[in-house]
Amino acid sequence: MATTEPGAAGWRESYEASPEREGELFSTISGVENEPLYSPENVELDYDRDLGWPGTYPFTRGVYPSMYRGRLWTMRQFAGFGTAEETNERFRYLIAHGNTGLSTAFDMPTLMGYDSDHPRSLGEVGREGVAIDSLADMETLFDGIPLGDVSTSMTINAPAAMLLAFYACVGELQGVPLARLRGTVQTDILKEYIAQKEWIFPPGPSMRLVVDMIEWCAREMPLMHPVSISGYHIREAGSTAAQELAFTLADGFAYVEACLERGLDVDEFAPRLSFFFNAHLDFFEEIAKYRAARRIWATQLRDKYGAKNPRSWLMRFHTQTAGVSLTAQQPEVNLIRTAIEALAAVLGGTQSLHTNSFDEALALPTEHAVRLALRTQQVIAHETGVVNTIDPLGGSYYLEHLTSELERQAYEYFDRIEHLGGVVAAIEENFQQREIADAAYRYQSEVEKGQRVVVGVNRYQLDEEQPLEILRIDPALEQKQVERVQAVRARRDSALVQATLAELEQAAAGDTNLMEPILACSRAYVTMGEMCDALRETWGTWRETPVF
Amino acid sequence: MAGKIRVVVAKPGLDGHDRGAKIIARALRDAGMEVIYTGLHQTPEQIVETAIQEDADAVGISILSGAHMTLVPRILELLRENGAEDVVVLVGGTIPEDDADELRRQGVAGVFGPGAPTSEIVDFLKGAVTA
Repeated sequence: MATTEPGAAGWRESYEASPEREGELFSTISGVENEPLYSPENVELDYDRDLGWPGTYPFTRGVYPSMYRGRLWTMRQFAGFGTAEETNERFRYLIAHGNTGLSTAFDMPTLMGYDSDHPRSLGEVGREGVAIDSLADMETLFDGIPLGDVSTSMTINAPAAMLLAFYACVGELQGVPLARLRGTVQTDILKEYIAQKEWIFPPGPSMRLVVDMIEWCAREMPLMHPVSISGYHIREAGSTAAQELAFTLADGFAYVEACLERGLDVDEFAPRLSFFFNAHLDFFEEIAKYRAARRIWATQLRDKYGAKNPRSWLMRFHTQTAGVSLTAQQPEVNLIRTAIEALAAVLGGTQSLHTNSFDEALALPTEHAVRLALRTQQVIAHETGVVNTIDPLGGSYYLEHLTSELERQAYEYFDRIEHLGGVVAAIEENFQQREIADAAYRYQSEVEKGQRVVVGVNRYQLDEEQPLEILRIDPALEQKQVERVQAVRARRDSALVQATLAELEQAAAGDTNLMEPILACSRAYVTMGEMCDALRETWGTWRETPVF
Repeated sequence: MAGKIRVVVAKPGLDGHDRGAKIIARALRDAGMEVIYTGLHQTPEQIVETAIQEDADAVGISILSGAHMTLVPRILELLRENGAEDVVVLVGGTIPEDDADELRRQGVAGVFGPGAPTSEIVDFLKGAVTA
């Protein structure tokens, strides 16, 4: 329809005169309302204050001055299944195909601090990741991979200190100095209580372990990121983008505060804190989330926590595409979802990226599926041209509006969490857990009402799905791993095991840094489960009150 | 049948992925059922004990850890040992199709994969419990 009024009013009149599509929502996937159009009229920006320049405060446009023109993001595919032998093979396969960083997925018993022959491990060994019981497994995992030349990420939280110690010991055995070992240990126990739910100890001693690791790494392993503060799992549990942003940053501030309480200087440890976000399907909302995250972190670190070193202000993060967005129906379509999500992560300025494989709603990925996932990143990096200009969407009225809106929602959550007495108190009241469950249920209801379309699930279904070739974990691997850990126990020096374990227990009851006693245990081939048991004895375990 | 359907929603094993379990628990409650959610990291023994104590008509097991072929048969066996084989067992999660067939053969009433609408699960359960 032609308009008679000039400018915004005229457009608005014409817009309202034309019918909108009915039945589907126009809000973001997280439920943030969208206007049909953004213009200078609804976006207020002070360029230097709100955006700034890449590599300078507040880092909204990126943490490095040259971003991907200097160096591409690290293509870091997460892998792990079976025993250390199978995963070592997968690592070598990924390196051969252009993966530039390693990332280890551990199985459920390892995540929960049980050895493979523990009764609770039955049926779970090597299923969702690799089983690591002792230094002997870690030696196999990195066999033929020189630790001085790779950076390794380890997705491990409650027993993170033990796995970090195993990694350090493999470095020692390979003759690589600790100061040259690079990588990231996830160690983010707060998001375990909130979302991923693989915990062992109560929050108090868990936080102490985290601070022990941060303190020890700052001194001994300066190239290691001792914590990767993770929104990924919060989002996978069904949160909105704003909740992912807010709960993750609140967790980050809680670690900063715990380190300050220990007496550490903020500029000693903050530069090594790193983050891990989800890349979901709502394209602009995701890009806005990363930009808002950088701005909030820089502002709080500088203004609230008094960090002076600009490296303390900048938020570096890893991104993984959303597992929760993958469908079991018409699984090849997941390739397209993942490509779009990965593009959002790149346009949001990620430092490293994992792209999910298209078969992961069904099982762990096959080699073929993993290669396609990696190729997706390579196409974005080398064929699309999006790497040529830094923060190319910066200045988009819509994106800047969303960035500020997510930032506003995050600060609102910070206030609510503070009002509840902080992150741990809020967790104990199930606050974050409830907020996430509400969001997950709202989204599911919208899908079931057809207000959100999921291609192949509630629209465009096929009558007959083609069966897909999936990865099968050989059940015999569990027995093989059980025999491996029992063989380790049989051949080690048991007097040394008893002595180092006793020292660990004694240290745990006091307040000295636990990394050295854990390293001593590791060198004596004390298993991860035995160390965790010693700490369970001293500290007890965590149980949540189930809510839904 | 008289009274509300009583369902135990359970997370066996070490798997912490509880988004699905919580959504199902709410959907069943909203559909008028009495829902008992066990919380995480339950052993088969704990789940069966809860089912019996709560006099449950059905147990919904949510599992995404790949350990379903170990944990679910154990739950079925314990239900039988305790004379509770009439409890309807549903399984939801990432269950490959041939595993799903095997679980049905062993006595699981229904297996629901990713993307299954909660309304379908509600209807299935109503049918299975009344039958």
